[in-house]
Amino acid sequence: MIGDLDFEVIGRSLPYLLRGLQYTVQLTVVAALGGTFFGTLLAMARLSSFRPVSLTAAGYVNLMRSVPLLLVIFWFYFLAPVIVQSVMGWERPPQIGAERSAYITFIMFEAAYFCEIMRAGIQSISKGQVGAAFALGLNYWQAMKLVILPQAFRNMLPVLLTQTIVLFQDVSLVSLLNVTDFVGASVKIAQRDSRVVEMYAFVAVVYFILCYSLSTLVKQLQRRIAIIH
Amino acid sequence: MIEINNISKWYGSFQVLSDCTTSVKKGEVVVVCGPSGSGKSTLIKCVNALEPFQKGDIIVDGISVTDPKTNLSKLRARIGMVFQNFELFPHMRITDNLTLAQIKVLGRSREEAAARGLKMLERVGLKEQAHKFPGQLSGGQQQRVAIARALAMDPIAMLFDEPTSALDPEMINEVLDVMVELAKEGMTMMCVTHEMGFARKVAHRVIFMDQGRIVEDDTKDEFFGKPRSERAQQFLSKILHH
Ligand SMILES: Nc1ncnc2c1ncn2[C@@H]1O[C@H](COP(=O)(O)OP(=O)(O)O)[C@@H](O)[C@H]1O
Ligand SMILES: [Mg+2]
Repeated sequence: MIGDLDFEVIGRSLPYLLRGLQYTVQLTVVAALGGTFFGTLLAMARLSSFRPVSLTAAGYVNLMRSVPLLLVIFWFYFLAPVIVQSVMGWERPPQIGAERSAYITFIMFEAAYFCEIMRAGIQSISKGQVGAAFALGLNYWQAMKLVILPQAFRNMLPVLLTQTIVLFQDVSLVSLLNVTDFVGASVKIAQRDSRVVEMYAFVAVVYFILCYSLSTLVKQLQRRIAIIH
Repeated sequence: MIEINNISKWYGSFQVLSDCTTSVKKGEVVVVCGPSGSGKSTLIKCVNALEPFQKGDIIVDGISVTDPKTNLSKLRARIGMVFQNFELFPHMRITDNLTLAQIKVLGRSREEAAARGLKMLERVGLKEQAHKFPGQLSGGQQQRVAIARALAMDPIAMLFDEPTSALDPEMINEVLDVMVELAKEGMTMMCVTHEMGFARKVAHRVIFMDQGRIVEDDTKDEFFGKPRSERAQQFLSKILHH
């Protein structure tokens, strides 16, 4: 069987595979940006001195971080529409579609992880910086946006990017919703043309090249930040 | 200008400030000294409400800092503050450090703020450094920029919290010189410092704190003549022998 490999299959189906890869990259980027945005809000909520706010945020983050991602994906795809239907009293569950459902799921799931990173980042900024911002008359939101978050973000950039690499790999789980991401596309070709070995090898190589070069980049960035400090 | 009336503050069950009362008149320079942990930083931070307190009141230019109707941001914007560790914003150039609050809090235009900032920078002798980042300056230079940043807001009073105690000895004077000049121009100042040379030169009054209390509140001549409390005498002899 091994003697009978046909890597031509990759070339033949390249446009289809690239469209899958494009979706994977898109979902990763959107989820990373959305996750960073909502994660930052969650981090601010967790650090709030107003208990109901910090407890709610902590509850959400801990829930997301203790449930397997696959379960969260199924939850959002299969159960959330039914829940929305019964809460809103609609006749039918809303038709979100697997691709859009994946966007929402990943943003909400990643927000929990990015929250913890940004929380550490905010806490890494000295209280004196906050004091100086307030002493100049800036309010809480201005101090956060202009003084604290830019520094927290800069300090945490390598960690945020590392989490994004993990996210890039995790995105492949959406193929279980029959979404045509990079893995989904490859699986479909593999089954259609009975070229399982070739396709799975190809996917692995592409993932390796992308992730390895990204993490090399992160390491360089880390070194640069260490020098600035 | 600043009236501190019977304020007390607790951290849990630990009392940091006990019934402190004093005032700073317009144009007056008041030096606050005392052993480490005596509550000097806490007291000075109460003046612009960076630290909340449980009892008493502080009135700044007729406005109570405890009144819930007081706009604290507005009040703080009118009081300059200089910290022990400079606290310039390290991710911004010196120019942006100087203009940020002018633009965001006072609503000045970018040009107006930049002009004002540059003027203050020139005043502390650092005009050439405008485009650098704080990390590229020496400690003494950073502290002078921090003073310029506060002055750019046209404050009615300035608070200093040990502005020279994080500096290498050879840089202390460049910062003190700026402060002396400011005092001579009639700025209302409340300075936590152990630089007794500075106090002798420009202070009108000296406050001595110990264990959260204002133990001594004298004119400069009284204080350096013969402080009444034993604690203050001990303290003075200790730091003057250094
Ligand atoms: N956030 C805090 N929580 C508990 N205790 C504090 C806090 N900040 C300061 N203190 C205590 O309050 C006392 C006065 O501190 P501080 O005003 O910084 O003194 P000083 O500036 O005179 O050295 C010290 O004993 C210090 O340990
Ligand atoms: Mg102190």
